[in-house]
Amino acid sequence: MSTHLPVDLEPIPHVLWETLIPAGTHWSGILRRGIALRVIDLEGGANLSAVFYRQEDPLERYNMADTLKAQHTAHLTRGSVLYSDMGRVMASITADTLGWHDPLGGVGDATLFSNKYRAARYQEHRNAMLRNGRDSLLLELGKYGLGARDLVANINFFSKLASDEDGSLTFVPGHSRAGSAFDLRFEMNTLAALSSAPHPFDPASTYEPRPVKLIAWRAYDADAAVPASDPCRAACPENERGFINTDRLFV
Amino acid sequence: MPIIESRLDLRHAVYDLTLPSGEPWLHEVKRGQTFRILDLEGNQAVDTLFYNSADSLERYSAQDTIRVQRNLYLSAGSVLMSNLGNPMLTIVADTCGRHDTLGGACAAESNTVRYALDKRHMHNCRDSFLHAITHCTCGVGTPLSKRDIVSNINFFMNVPVTPLGRLTFEDGISAPGKYVEMRADMDVTVLISNCPQLNNPCNGYNPTPVRLSIWEAQ
Repeated sequence: MSTHLPVDLEPIPHVLWETLIPAGTHWSGILRRGIALRVIDLEGGANLSAVFYRQEDPLERYNMADTLKAQHTAHLTRGSVLYSDMGRVMASITADTLGWHDPLGGVGDATLFSNKYRAARYQEHRNAMLRNGRDSLLLELGKYGLGARDLVANINFFSKLASDEDGSLTFVPGHSRAGSAFDLRFEMNTLAALSSAPHPFDPASTYEPRPVKLIAWRAYDADAAVPASDPCRAACPENERGFINTDRLFV
Repeated sequence: MPIIESRLDLRHAVYDLTLPSGEPWLHEVKRGQTFRILDLEGNQAVDTLFYNSADSLERYSAQDTIRVQRNLYLSAGSVLMSNLGNPMLTIVADTCGRHDTLGGACAAESNTVRYALDKRHMHNCRDSFLHAITHCTCGVGTPLSKRDIVSNINFFMNVPVTPLGRLTFEDGISAPGKYVEMRADMDVTVLISNCPQLNNPCNGYNPTPVRLSIWEAQ
């Protein structure tokens, strides 16, 4: 797949690095304050499960409930920020071609994957082997001394669950197309663990994970702060206060 | 929102406690026992977590519970799932009709975001959770720490998600005397904060006591 897939977002001024998360695999890394990632669904139909921790103190971590209630939302898109459990903004979605990323659906575990898909072991399938989302995230977190106690409710980027009035949830097929992308700007030094395994609600009975591309650049200097006029910061008074809490870590 | 009334008689309960607002509660419920939370004055948020009493690594998981029932709200028939994919408790009676899985617990830090920076000192659910596990000297509560405080249930809270993906905090649908009752499918340790939030209209700015009762296996 071409690395020059057209993406309907502002061109990146100066690329620091880029990497591919092949279909169904996992990745982790440190994204420091001011670094942004462009995250691209190369083929369409990708799902990227993600959890986030503060690098210097991983006891501070992404919090689903605080993210949703601060912004009165049950989905994530441009203008949304991700909150830690300490009232600070960890990262901001500064651009998005999709309009909806799922913060609710969770990850599939070994039981779910083996019930849903035919087993695919390394012996026969080499690196196309089947990896479930939960074990993928645990494996990446284990590299930093984190484990099952630390695996909090995750985000599923590129996926959408529709909800009815009665609260029932349905997976929306075909939500993300080839070239769908969003920009995630990190406001604190952040450990990210990612899995490109299929969404647990995905009704497809065949295992068809998709690759995701990451492109990193510097959005602002490490000793700078996001201005009050920033669309994520100014999205609601709650976010302004969340940014103040984050900025106080860096003064 | 199925409404199912209980057949249990409070005179036969083996445990019965009125928990004031702002207080935590850490207590074991054995497999087969039935546990009731009764909203004495109406629209009180009861922030609740469950741990496997034999191994606290296994705990209530909001996302696994939502995934298995493919629904955001809890009511009679809902099975509360663990992070290891096992049923922990089943809601067997409920006269409220809807309980929240998404709103989480209030904390000093999230209160600064939601309300104002100077609200940090106000009593909150995370402080109650931390107080309970810090002072627990036996049983499953002892090894718990902030790492184990995950997304909780808010019994009696009404937090609807709109089809456009908005999260709204609506007036409560609970009322004085409404209750929810669950049967434990494994030995569980229950961690409750009877929410002290004074900044949110969802409880009428008036936190109130709840009644907690346990019956032996029927």
